[in-house]
Amino acid sequence: MLSQRARRKTGQWAKGFAVALTVIYTIFPYYWAINSSFKSGQQLFEVNLWPSLDLVHYRALMGDPDFIGSILNSVIVASSTTFIALALATFSAYALGRLEFAGKRAVLLAFLSVSMFPQVAVLSGMFELIRWLGLYNHVGSLVLAYLLFTLPFTIWVLTSFMREFPRELSEAAMMDGCSHWRTLTRIYLPLMGPALASTGLLAFIAAWNEFLFALTFILTDENRTIPVAIGLISGNSRYEFPFGPVMAASVIVTLPLIVLVLIFQRKIVSGLTAGAVKG
Amino acid sequence: MSRVLARRERRAAWLFLAPAIVVLLLVAAWPLSKTFYLSLTDANFGNPDQYGFVGLRNYADVLDDRLWWKSLSNTLFFTVASVGIETVLGIAIALLLNQAIPGRGMLRASILIPWAIPVVVSAKIWEWMLHDQFGVINAVLIHLGVIERGLAWMAEPGLALWVIVFVDVWITTPFMVLLILAGLQMISKEVLEAAYVDGVPAWRRFISITLPLLRPSIGVAVLFRTLDALRMFDLSYVLGGNSQKTMTVSIYARNQLVSFQQMGLGSAASTWVFFLVALAAILLIGLLKLHKPAEG
Repeated sequence: MLSQRARRKTGQWAKGFAVALTVIYTIFPYYWAINSSFKSGQQLFEVNLWPSLDLVHYRALMGDPDFIGSILNSVIVASSTTFIALALATFSAYALGRLEFAGKRAVLLAFLSVSMFPQVAVLSGMFELIRWLGLYNHVGSLVLAYLLFTLPFTIWVLTSFMREFPRELSEAAMMDGCSHWRTLTRIYLPLMGPALASTGLLAFIAAWNEFLFALTFILTDENRTIPVAIGLISGNSRYEFPFGPVMAASVIVTLPLIVLVLIFQRKIVSGLTAGAVKG
Repeated sequence: MSRVLARRERRAAWLFLAPAIVVLLLVAAWPLSKTFYLSLTDANFGNPDQYGFVGLRNYADVLDDRLWWKSLSNTLFFTVASVGIETVLGIAIALLLNQAIPGRGMLRASILIPWAIPVVVSAKIWEWMLHDQFGVINAVLIHLGVIERGLAWMAEPGLALWVIVFVDVWITTPFMVLLILAGLQMISKEVLEAAYVDGVPAWRRFISITLPLLRPSIGVAVLFRTLDALRMFDLSYVLGGNSQKTMTVSIYARNQLVSFQQMGLGSAASTWVFFLVALAAILLIGLLKLHKPAEG
């Protein structure tokens, strides 16, 4: 029988070990991508824990106009989608979180059920819509299509943030004879910075990472977004797979994302859980 | 006066909602109805304006296709296995994160990395790590003496789908952890301390206090993850190529639509996917009693 103190000590050790194991499990694949991105030629096929800092793949990618173009496309698509979704969602969240009207529950449920749509279920209808609007093979098609999943989600999360504000804010504004528009823009909007930041980050990441629509609605290389561009890099045969450039491209497009996530860690967590737990 | 105010409020509410409702009618309701409509026709991508009605024949044709059933069984296996493993792993890591231990901040930060990386990039990284000749996983396993020669993970019929499950677990466990952790932090410490003082062993405290109180958080996380897993596309598409071993229903539907240009048949397959996800949503919401508040 171990003493109380010895048992606590082994417990502490076991927990430390579990933490270390989990950190390695989550970080190692990304570390390996960075490591491989710095290896060229024959080096890539040797398993070394330390990279050699050969920048050849990075230089090649920076000189590739299609790669730079696809990063730009992704930035345009993800930021436009996020901006539009946040603007529309702010109006909706004010109505759903602050105003009383018949049918509120039904509207909320309708938004929620849209966020459960499998993307493939709207694929052929969306294709028709995009062709009809003349947006096929244009990044605008993706901004439109991405509202399908970013808008319901941002409405949902912003509504739960909106409900957290004290009701007295609205009452005071009403007393002063403010219109609903002024109440939203002058009183709530200045307070919503943190909520908009965390919701916007989640929407941005979702739009940045989307693959199925981007693969289907864009035809030519110069209009592609980055996930599809990376997904389609391939060699002439199974044995010629250019893993070096793919890993370098992966590192380039995820590094800003990871830095953003680490800086805004708390905001992201609060956005994710506001949508799911309190809903 | 208050009647006037109430009417003004109602009108304002619908005005504020109008832009979002119009956009969602355009990008959700309309395409969904159009997909359903096309599923009743023999429309073709090459000539999408000329078609005739064929009734429910496309739905029957999908059910007659052996590959559809293979994709469906792959999808169901993938969903049950990955959501199951993610839930257990998610609870374990969330419990670990909820304690005062060294390295907690580091763990909390590192757990977000797999979640933030695009799925396509994760798929490529794992494809490289699992490479049969030059992959680091085979190198480590050979070094440890577990295997003698490198395995071609994605080529083995019994392994390919498990590899997809394993990579999905890596990608989405963080999401589970964050939701469950938020639930854990809402549990009052007093109940657990009272049980501790009464000498209730740790595993009993977990089974009869923590787990029941966590039910709503776990339920929501399982619901989100299940619906996501049932419509999974990108991971299998990039990691598995077009292999039948790992084909999901979403890949099957897109292949019919885009690769084979069969708009009618593909739309019918897409509609089956929609029904599958809707059925799962209804079953899970009922089963997990998500519409009722948690007791306790």
